Amino acid sequence: MSLNTNNPYGDSRNHHILSVLVQNRPGVLARVSSLFARRGYNIFSLTVAPTEDADYSRITIVVDLASAPLEQMVKQLFKLIDVVRITEIDPRRSVERELMIATVSVDATTRGSIVELANIFEGKILAVGTDAITVSLDGAPSKLDDFEELLHTYGIVESQRTGRVALPKLDREARPRVAKGKAS
Amino acid sequence: MSGKEILTGAEALIRSLEKESVDVIFGLPGGCILPAYDPLLGSSMRHILVRHEQGAGHMAEGYAHVTGRPGVAMVTSGPAATNMVTPLCDAYMDSIPMVCITGQVSTGAIGTDAFQECDTVGITRSVTKHNELVMRAEDIPLAIRQAFHIATTGRPGPVLVDLPKDILQNNMTWHWPSDDDVVDSLPGYRPTTKGHPKMIKEAAKLILSSHQPVLYLGGGVLKARAAEIVRELAELTNIPVVTTLMARGAFPDNHPLCLGMPGMHGNATAITAMQKADLLITLGARFDDRVTGKVSTFAPDAKIIHVDIDPAEQGKVRKPDVPIVGDCRLVVEEIVRAIRELMSGGTAQVDITPWRSKVSGWQEQFPLEYEQSVLGEALKPQYCLEKIRDAAPEGTIVVSGVGQHQMWTSQFWNFNEPYTWVNSGGLGTMGFSVPAAIGAKVGQPDRTVWAIDGDGCFQMTAQELITASTENIPIKVGILNNGYLGMVRQWQEMFYGNRYSEVDLRGGIPDFVKWAESMGCIGIRVDSPEEVESAIDKANSINDRSVVVDFRVAEEEKVFPMVAAGCSNDDVMLQPSQESRREFLR
Repeated sequence: MSLNTNNPYGDSRNHHILSVLVQNRPGVLARVSSLFARRGYNIFSLTVAPTEDADYSRITIVVDLASAPLEQMVKQLFKLIDVVRITEIDPRRSVERELMIATVSVDATTRGSIVELANIFEGKILAVGTDAITVSLDGAPSKLDDFEELLHTYGIVESQRTGRVALPKLDREARPRVAKGKAS
Repeated sequence: MSGKEILTGAEALIRSLEKESVDVIFGLPGGCILPAYDPLLGSSMRHILVRHEQGAGHMAEGYAHVTGRPGVAMVTSGPAATNMVTPLCDAYMDSIPMVCITGQVSTGAIGTDAFQECDTVGITRSVTKHNELVMRAEDIPLAIRQAFHIATTGRPGPVLVDLPKDILQNNMTWHWPSDDDVVDSLPGYRPTTKGHPKMIKEAAKLILSSHQPVLYLGGGVLKARAAEIVRELAELTNIPVVTTLMARGAFPDNHPLCLGMPGMHGNATAITAMQKADLLITLGARFDDRVTGKVSTFAPDAKIIHVDIDPAEQGKVRKPDVPIVGDCRLVVEEIVRAIRELMSGGTAQVDITPWRSKVSGWQEQFPLEYEQSVLGEALKPQYCLEKIRDAAPEGTIVVSGVGQHQMWTSQFWNFNEPYTWVNSGGLGTMGFSVPAAIGAKVGQPDRTVWAIDGDGCFQMTAQELITASTENIPIKVGILNNGYLGMVRQWQEMFYGNRYSEVDLRGGIPDFVKWAESMGCIGIRVDSPEEVESAIDKANSINDRSVVVDFRVAEEEKVFPMVAAGCSNDDVMLQPSQESRREFLR
């Protein structure tokens, strides 16, 4: 069972990734998020950071296609003047990474199990307290899902995920669909 | 070319507007925009001082409607900016080119809840095509050039430029960005204007091979200045035409191919022709819910050619068979060319005379009608409209508010010329009429401008008649005064079992004649059918000031036909006297 089944933002099978290149200007993130809110499109996760060219930022949005057709989302997004290019990334044809940190409650008997679990997943121990332990893990989102699910059996006190970043996979399958031309 | 010229930001703003060929600004000054009003004194641009900022916005819209040029409004920060939200949203919904300049608190004060501070770009983000907070005086010329470029190209719309007070006061070195500078500064903005050749060919073939085609014209035909070529397409193929509320006048009502307005209060023929069509040639229209009725039952057998400059309109409501993104005029020119080529290559158009005779049968059976006024009895609003229409000089521009009077005007006026109809379609803004009519008169000073208003609408923005008087902009206002919020009353009568809730505006207050006179206008009151013509003649004879005619009309009159909200267009409610003929619509 995927963790996302009961997620208010929908089933992860409906998730699609939009990699949106924008002009790096004040308010651009607000433009994007307010468009999604206004049109009733669900965002599962969103990350934003400048690209290799400081004039541009890349926003990686994981959208829920149950809320609206992808084509409409892309076209509406493209109407924003600051949006330069939209690459639609099929999760099966991309490399994705996400980071999670979690504080799990432990006692003397369970601490070892958590450390072992972190090792199996190639995670890291960030901090150790008397009754809790903080671990981190980066990797594909599905790997994080699995890890998080296992941690739940011990009791997660607090956890935070970054949302995913993604780029097209470097094989012949990974042809990014680039929306050309410009909405008005 | 002399050396570097130092200007203040405010001087740069005024010069930029002049260089964009702005001839008139609708506005009202205040604290943060004060610096811009000083160099305005030496400018060739006319400034029209409004009484409420919303009025400035609607005036800019009315001006843009009738001239095709962007309307410009300038107001201060805070409450002035929030008063501008309604016109911006109105312009956004109806794709009206408009540039709005707002003052803002000084950059150092932004975010401190300073006096008259509000997050103008945040508040207006979802009601503008684009907006920008300018943070350096030297950026003003580019921001203004971008604003005009974005407002007038692609799908037109409102753009807001927010200017902090210190930015207007600071010095800058004057420079005027080139066209290339503007385009380069907007790497994400490249509107598609030319249609895809393959799709255009597809469209031409489909048009010639369809048995029951309808040309479905929206406001985009007018925005693209495409009326002439669309008429050529219609006459070349003899395909009947419907003009939506936003496209009235894009095709002449007196043309034999014109079926008039479709939609919620369209006429039965236009509605039914679309329902029974096997092809809808959709030009600059967006399948608005007021046109389609229940979408799942709309034009069920029709293939769709959809020409729109906004790619996001393709497939938003109805999936097109032939989507064409591009400028309506350029695309239709290409379609006409492709049709002529096919014809000269031996492809004949399917015979659509059976379809046309079916359509004209509906026209005969279901004309727009109302029960005529009887002398000595209550005055019918439609009768007043017909009389205003018949006495109107050629080229008269008619502007309406929102509600019953708007629908009657659209139904009973004869729009034979583009850009003679101004109304608030998408947003449905009550109070639009008076200020928009003033803006229209400024844009077309030689034309007669009639504002047809309701008594509810009039009370929302009537104070702009003071602007009309003081700025010498004579318009004519016909209030179809039924003492009610008429359209709401109609819905309460029809869908809430005559339970009228908060729609009664009666009580003899206000006295519209006295009110008009107090604002420097001539006021005329009309109570009975026999007074109508002389009142209209008098109104038409006065051209040195505005005239307000208060037509006291029957309160119970309803707008028909009607497709109730959420219902299928197949279930259009006809004029009661025509219901017995309903079978002819099958």
